[in-house]
Amino acid sequence: MSMDRRKFLKLAGISSLLGLGATAASASHNVWVKGLEPPQVEPNKEALKAEHWAMVVDMSKFKTEEDFQKTISACHTTHNVPDFRNADGTVDIKDEIKWIWKAKYEHAFPDQENPYMDEKIKEMPFIVLCNHCENPACVRVCPTQATFKRKSDGIVMMDMHRCIGCRFCMAACPYGARSFNYRDPRPFIKSENKEYPTRTKGVVEKCTFCTERLAFGKLPACVEAAPKGGLIFGDLADKNSEVRKIVETSYTIRRKPELGTGPSVYYLIGGNEHA
Amino acid sequence: MKLYDGGKILIGLLVFAAIATFPFYYNIGKVNAKPEPKLDTPAILQLPEQERKCVESKTFMRTEHMQLINNWRDSVVRDGYRQYVSITTGKHYNMSLQNECMRCHSNKKKFCDECHNYMAVKPYCWDCHIAPKEDDKS
Repeated sequence: MSMDRRKFLKLAGISSLLGLGATAASASHNVWVKGLEPPQVEPNKEALKAEHWAMVVDMSKFKTEEDFQKTISACHTTHNVPDFRNADGTVDIKDEIKWIWKAKYEHAFPDQENPYMDEKIKEMPFIVLCNHCENPACVRVCPTQATFKRKSDGIVMMDMHRCIGCRFCMAACPYGARSFNYRDPRPFIKSENKEYPTRTKGVVEKCTFCTERLAFGKLPACVEAAPKGGLIFGDLADKNSEVRKIVETSYTIRRKPELGTGPSVYYLIGGNEHA
Repeated sequence: MKLYDGGKILIGLLVFAAIATFPFYYNIGKVNAKPEPKLDTPAILQLPEQERKCVESKTFMRTEHMQLINNWRDSVVRDGYRQYVSITTGKHYNMSLQNECMRCHSNKKKFCDECHNYMAVKPYCWDCHIAPKEDDKS
């Protein structure tokens, strides 16, 4: 039997229509294939919500070494961040994993270099962490979308399940906020937080503004542990929020704003009195 | 017809057959032992009989739990939705492998591994997620 062109096209059209109909029907039957959408899933009722989470670091509140250590270790114990320090306190910089750490002024703000600046500020360690940029370079380069910017609140998140360990994001991040797991981190976690996963060898990790705590109505771990008023966390889009008021009324600086990443962490260096 | 060295060849064939079929004899009864995931954790036993139900029905969980957990993960990590509303009961659950699934099923070895080993599947959940502590008596 031979078939002319017209007949063939008709038949092909009809069968593709039927085929499409069949896949559409099966997709609507099986919610699991599509993924979960409301109303089958809901956000937590107690979750803290914002349009643009941001942080103000008031350096005047960090006075002693203990203030820094308390803040950093609160984060690192909560998130099972491994400690690769050797017995003598040295650490192979390549291996080091850090979510929040201390940096010297010249490293935190290299664009603000000034040979005659206040000796105190020059030598002062600064608290640095992921800036949760408005225009994050890491997200742009990630080939698997393992790191992404949450549309709801601007947090730059990591999906460890998707990370293939290519480290493009580390090269892209101008703040050095990302660390790669060159070694299995598990044996180097001093005290495990059983409610939070660890990471595995071969993934990149960084600060997530404690999304897992915000979801249960809690402020980030570092904010809670920092000296009072040292770290202020809030919604920059909300005119009445504390962070917005500080940024509007005091002189704050951000790390490398000239790169156009739009960092969401602001530094208050002079240290005006506020709440 | 004459078979040269017939005795040697026959013995050789027998030895070959014995060796080739050895895995089958050796494993008779062993491999076919059905996996029996245990549901007798303290957290489950504490619940009254009628409330001993998983997020969805038993048959569904048996065949679809991997898909469900995958969707939970995407929902929590990517969309920020953390509450799951069960289709069968309408109850709310915190979507978390480590904090919700394992709260009841605290026996990873007798619950997860029992079937996964039988099926020779190796999910990498526990490379990162922390399994509940268990005694090594099994």
